[in-house]
Amino acid sequence: MIAQGTVHKYGDNIDTDVIIPARYLNTADHAELASHCMEDIDKTFVNKVKKGDIMVGGANFGCGSSREHAPIAIKAAGVDLVIAKTFARIFYRNAINIGLAILECEEASEKISAGDEVSVDFDTGVITNLTKNETYKAQPFPPFIQEIITKGGLLKSISKA
Amino acid sequence: MAMTMTQKILAAHAGLDSVVPGQLINARLDMVLGNDITSPVAINEFKKFGFTQVFDKSRVALVMDHFVPNKDIKAAQQTRQCRCFAAEHSIENYFDVGDMGIEHALLPEKGLVGPGDAVIGADSHTCTYGALGAFSTGVGSTDMAAGMATGMAWFKVPSAIKIDLTGRLAPNCSGKDVILHIIGSIGVDGALYKSMEFTGEGMHSLTMDDRLCIANMAIEAGAKNGIFEVDGVTEEYCRTHGTKRFTAYSADPDAVYDSVLEVDLSKIVPTVACPHLPENTRPARELSDVKIDQCVIGSCTNGRLSDMAVAAEILKGKHVAPGVRCIVIPATQDIYLDCIRLGYAEIFVKAGCVLSTPTCGPCLGGYMGVLAENEVAISTTNRNFVGRMGHVTSKVYLASPATAAHSAVKGFICAPDGE
Repeated sequence: MIAQGTVHKYGDNIDTDVIIPARYLNTADHAELASHCMEDIDKTFVNKVKKGDIMVGGANFGCGSSREHAPIAIKAAGVDLVIAKTFARIFYRNAINIGLAILECEEASEKISAGDEVSVDFDTGVITNLTKNETYKAQPFPPFIQEIITKGGLLKSISKA
Repeated sequence: MAMTMTQKILAAHAGLDSVVPGQLINARLDMVLGNDITSPVAINEFKKFGFTQVFDKSRVALVMDHFVPNKDIKAAQQTRQCRCFAAEHSIENYFDVGDMGIEHALLPEKGLVGPGDAVIGADSHTCTYGALGAFSTGVGSTDMAAGMATGMAWFKVPSAIKIDLTGRLAPNCSGKDVILHIIGSIGVDGALYKSMEFTGEGMHSLTMDDRLCIANMAIEAGAKNGIFEVDGVTEEYCRTHGTKRFTAYSADPDAVYDSVLEVDLSKIVPTVACPHLPENTRPARELSDVKIDQCVIGSCTNGRLSDMAVAAEILKGKHVAPGVRCIVIPATQDIYLDCIRLGYAEIFVKAGCVLSTPTCGPCLGGYMGVLAENEVAISTTNRNFVGRMGHVTSKVYLASPATAAHSAVKGFICAPDGE
């Protein structure tokens, strides 16, 4: 599987309150959540983002609340993949469980700039920066987690239906 | 293989003799928790994937606490969805307006979580129950749905940081100052993916309310869980709260830790976390130039009876400073009733405070005290991220109930007496 898109870049400790402010948690509607994604730190995001884009953050991405509304808002806004130096653990689980691709890669997090065109091969974990003509290697998922992803998320993997 | 407390609980719940850090396991769950924000997403997933019953109606807890009494029509719809699901599945531990409390104060109070339990909750502060010696961690709604359906969850066994507590707290300090001090030392990702294991002779002097407050904010250091050794304080708490399950696990003497943090409780001073991260800590006495518009005393971190008692003692016979709004929120119905019985309610009202029914409302900028542009709050809650309690330009300073109550009276941030 390959993802390719334009990068939206953010810093360290991007918390779930800025990804989707709690004042919008009175709904579970994906499109409505997406329409407020990142608005407290980047009002332009929802207008700029295109389907297939990539979000890049620094350390501890997704820290704070356990709200699954955060990865849902990012995914529903059109983002196919989030790359970060590290992820907060609940966000990490939630992203995998709902099928939002994520990769941990310190080098990519540091070297990729906003607006870069980036391509990612999930089988090899190789991230190619087409704008800067660089490649970075991400940590692959353990097989247990790859299985959840390939089966289509956690509930698909455990449901008998 | 020597194990930490967390590793022993996980091994026992996975049916294994031992586990090692990094190992992926499937563990049996003693309790699965959700609230009025996270449960609707879980219920939608539960139904979408064709599940028709919960694994055990006595081991699912649904607590309506974030936006109740409902703040608007959408919140009311979400709460109704939880109410209908609870009725449909005969969920025994469903708590609605009039019986509810803030989930992480309520579950220990009702004896629904205890030492040795493995608990997941679709709320990041589920790590609170580590105070009782449980393995307890926050997850998302999909994990909650899977947990409700199967009674199981997958975990990566965490490595650990040992927090070795010595000494005793000064009278003007509490658990909140301890955990803010620790987060200030190791940072908001200082314990990322790890367990924080609290031990040492100093821990025995900490009350259960102090421990619940400390474990509650383990997530603010990025930890998977925080856990305290079980001792006489734990036993006494569980006896008086009718705790249903009790298995004490202690770490092996040769258990391996990634690092050891020594904390001398006698050196802790009243501590405040400045905007916009809980790691931005400073002694309260250095912040007297910070004027406040609002004070919030409550939440899953500091809405327990001892927090109310400390605030009442400070506010007795005084009045909050002109221009300051002070909102006091006992965390459960029982604590609320105790506030009335013990005369705290009258003290708060006479001091010019609002005394609210239990709710998470203001902590996450939901309702019941949302901040306007550029307003400043001192709050006993747990997060001070950008826009957390309201307008994106508002600021939140995190502090103990003693520091918050003192500051409300003065109108600016100040340390409680003794500093």
